[in-house]
Amino acid sequence: MTEAPSVPKNRVGLAKAEYRGGKSTLCPGCGHDAITSSIVEAAFDYGVDPQRVVKLSGIGCSSKTPAYFLGRSHGFNAVHGRMPSVATGTFAANRTLIPIGVSGDGDTASIGMGQFVHLVRRNVPCVYLIENNGVYGLTKGQFSATADVGSLQKGGRKNELPPIDCCAIAIELGCGFVARSFSGDPKQLRPILKAAFAFPGTSVIDIVSPCVTFNDHEGSTKSYDYAKEHDEPLHQIGFVPFWEHVDVEIAPGEAKDVEMPDGSRLRLQKIKEEYDPSDRLGAMRVIHEARAEGRLVTGLLFLDPKKRTFAEDADLVEEPLSTLPEERVRPPRKVLEEIMQGFRVGSA
Amino acid sequence: MGYPAVLASLSGPGSSPLPPHVKPLVNDFSLQVATVNGSGSQTANSVLLRAIFQMGIPVSGKNLFPSNIAGLPTWYTIRLSKDGWIARKRGHELLVAMNPETAADDAAAMGPGGVLVWNDAIPRPSVPEDRIVYGVPFAKIVEPIVPDAKLRRLVVNMVYVGVVASLLSIEMKEVEAAIQGMLGRKKKALEMNLAAARAGFEWAAANLGKRDGLRVERMNKTAGKILIDGNAAAAIGSMFGGVTVVTWYPITPSSSLVESLIGFLEKYRRDPATGKNTFCVVQAEDELAAVGMVLGAGWAGARSLTSTSGPGISLMSEFAGLGYFAELPGVIWDIQRIGPSTGLPTRTSQGDVGKLATLSHGDTRHVVLFPSSVRDCFEYGMLALDLAERLQIPVFVASDLDLGMNQWMSDPFPYPEKPIDRGKVLSAEQLARLPKFERYRDVDGDGICWRTIPGTPHPAAAYFTRGSGHNEAAQYTERPEDYVRLVDRLAKKYETAKTLVPKPDVEIRRGSEIGLLAYGTTHWAIVEAREELRREGIDPSTFLLRALPFTPELASYVAAHDRVYVVEQNRDGQMADLVRLEVGAEAGKIRSIRHYDGLPIDARSVVEGVLAAEREGVAVR
Repeated sequence: MTEAPSVPKNRVGLAKAEYRGGKSTLCPGCGHDAITSSIVEAAFDYGVDPQRVVKLSGIGCSSKTPAYFLGRSHGFNAVHGRMPSVATGTFAANRTLIPIGVSGDGDTASIGMGQFVHLVRRNVPCVYLIENNGVYGLTKGQFSATADVGSLQKGGRKNELPPIDCCAIAIELGCGFVARSFSGDPKQLRPILKAAFAFPGTSVIDIVSPCVTFNDHEGSTKSYDYAKEHDEPLHQIGFVPFWEHVDVEIAPGEAKDVEMPDGSRLRLQKIKEEYDPSDRLGAMRVIHEARAEGRLVTGLLFLDPKKRTFAEDADLVEEPLSTLPEERVRPPRKVLEEIMQGFRVGSA
Repeated sequence: MGYPAVLASLSGPGSSPLPPHVKPLVNDFSLQVATVNGSGSQTANSVLLRAIFQMGIPVSGKNLFPSNIAGLPTWYTIRLSKDGWIARKRGHELLVAMNPETAADDAAAMGPGGVLVWNDAIPRPSVPEDRIVYGVPFAKIVEPIVPDAKLRRLVVNMVYVGVVASLLSIEMKEVEAAIQGMLGRKKKALEMNLAAARAGFEWAAANLGKRDGLRVERMNKTAGKILIDGNAAAAIGSMFGGVTVVTWYPITPSSSLVESLIGFLEKYRRDPATGKNTFCVVQAEDELAAVGMVLGAGWAGARSLTSTSGPGISLMSEFAGLGYFAELPGVIWDIQRIGPSTGLPTRTSQGDVGKLATLSHGDTRHVVLFPSSVRDCFEYGMLALDLAERLQIPVFVASDLDLGMNQWMSDPFPYPEKPIDRGKVLSAEQLARLPKFERYRDVDGDGICWRTIPGTPHPAAAYFTRGSGHNEAAQYTERPEDYVRLVDRLAKKYETAKTLVPKPDVEIRRGSEIGLLAYGTTHWAIVEAREELRREGIDPSTFLLRALPFTPELASYVAAHDRVYVVEQNRDGQMADLVRLEVGAEAGKIRSIRHYDGLPIDARSVVEGVLAAEREGVAVR
């Protein structure tokens, strides 16, 4: 394959087109397609090697999207709510892979809640995206567990149950990277995604992503209009990858640089008030206040770049377990003899 | 008097003659120890088992325990069989009654000539005159040996070991060797237990006049053999099968499989250069996650396994269908217990086989292996991993509690001679030479397609795995003809599986109208039953089924007999039904014998089942 010399290539020598996938079959205007575009942009910009990416998902509209990006990566559309276990097994098999898990609010907050919290608890390296529209789209618009109290269904029925906030749960579980964004704000979402690629553990990104068919009406709190009106970014996020050296003076109090383990930096520029993403309790306070006041607070809610990961806890060899040669996985004859000796009983 | 002298006096010519109702039984009886769960009797029972085994006598030990940490009754049965029978035997000839709650029932279960060793601190069970009762003051014997009252409760068990050794002429040097073998590293415990066993032995020799007919005599039938439980054997096999990802959710009776595997992996599978693990064990949040991890790992190229029991199998059902349909390798051990629901969680069964055959919704068929011995557990530990990767499917291994948790004799396991089989996996180099890669194209005509594993450094390696309809190029499709082509290819792959699974072990008796068929642990009851049936004038053939799918040997076997008795440990004759479906027109030949009380099946049940059906000339069902 030869490209015209004018086509820009990223640090791994690939053009943006090579990060695209199949054609989307979602409704025109679906928030999920905007997220797909942001994933393509972010993966290209950061120079993710698509051959090391695994795209994993559960069931639902969101879970269809891995077919629409990174066509050169292996994909796995699993069963409803169980993507986290597949991601865990995949990473256990090959710790050099980069899992991107795409889920929805039904897939994570209802049927998949058990697996979600345990993925986070284990800190399995995975960019975990929740494409959150507050409804079950494929089954035609039933409320999901992230729908806000008082939000109206298309037919007018009101949701009375309190929403589950996946970001608050992730923070509570000690997740080292928790962000919230809006599909309609690629300027914010892309640097968050790049930072997630640079993060070695589980990164949870809850993205409000309106369902144009079943939840984009007046009275819904997950509509485009509602999200735009109530979106309150915590900061402006800039991402400086590790291979770029940009030394811009930052005025004290105006911005904050956070270094990622790979040397990349996140620049968080103050908007109204200073926000410290290393303050777990502060993050919880912001989430609770925003919910009480009906605001959609977006940005990097919490970051702990030094958190131990699953690979360290499991004390894995550096190489993928999947391709270890036979002599490293089948102990020698003398080991079996030693074991058998242990089961021989007797005085003889 | 020291114990060697006691031993000499007991085996000498001075022993009194037996009364007429007492038959001498040498190396051919069962003894049962009835205790309270949590009282620490397990070590003592193992010592008894090992000491007899060390004297060269074929033994099998079966632990019958409650779903409880402490307080409920528990029994341990040791069968001695000079002929080498290792199935459970109905009833027992010697009872050690330590538990007041069950003593009466346990004693009543013995026939004439039965021997009761009774702890005189509990009410004496009333037994007919023709039973032999030995009262033993256990508390008094153990008191001077163990000053600490709490410890005494545990060590008292070793006193009955000594008493039984004295009564049965089990050599004290073997008892001591067994204690040494089990407690050798714990000096204080070792000394105390040795003293307790000796005290029991000496007390019995001095105070109990031998009045029964049970005796142990040295033989030479266990030389070089090992004693091991099936779960440990499966763990060893899996390690030598090159397992790399292990996931589990604790459940009786399967937990000890993964627990022993963890022990072996930590000892033998750390990278010698770095000390890092060449394996990954994950204790999952539930069985759904455990199997999801296994299939994710298998997809990504690991040799992966999980171990569970019936309730876990139920939870794994949806993923089992995904694994079949999306063609994901992984191994699932099912150490069966009796169900449905929680059932009797610590009792054995073969009640999952019908479910396993087609686990999940839609058209699904699984490969299931049935280990019958600890040696099978070892071999299938390796084979299941090979088959899963060769066939790109979840492979189930249906063991059971009896095999998994009880001690079985075996020859030591031989080192595998065949290399590990990773199946059809394309490397980047192979991809570079191929004009095109399509994940689900059956290029070899055996229903098994070539796969790539994630991380393969080639731009054409990637494909999309899904549980929804897909074509050869792994693209989403809902076209009717695409779906039919896919599931028909999966059916063809199942045909290929018939050439890869272990073949049955068939023994044909020329001219016999009757065939027995069993699988798993039931096999040991039918081989013993065959000998008994011969004495009744019936000389049946036997068929040890080792796997699903059925191989052509089954149809030939059914064709060669007029009546085939499928013997199994569940209520509904699940395998009998599967066999009937398989043999179609000959289904009328299939009869079903079922044993489902949670205890391991015994030969007598098989004999009675066959005789009743043969006499009445009608099918049992």
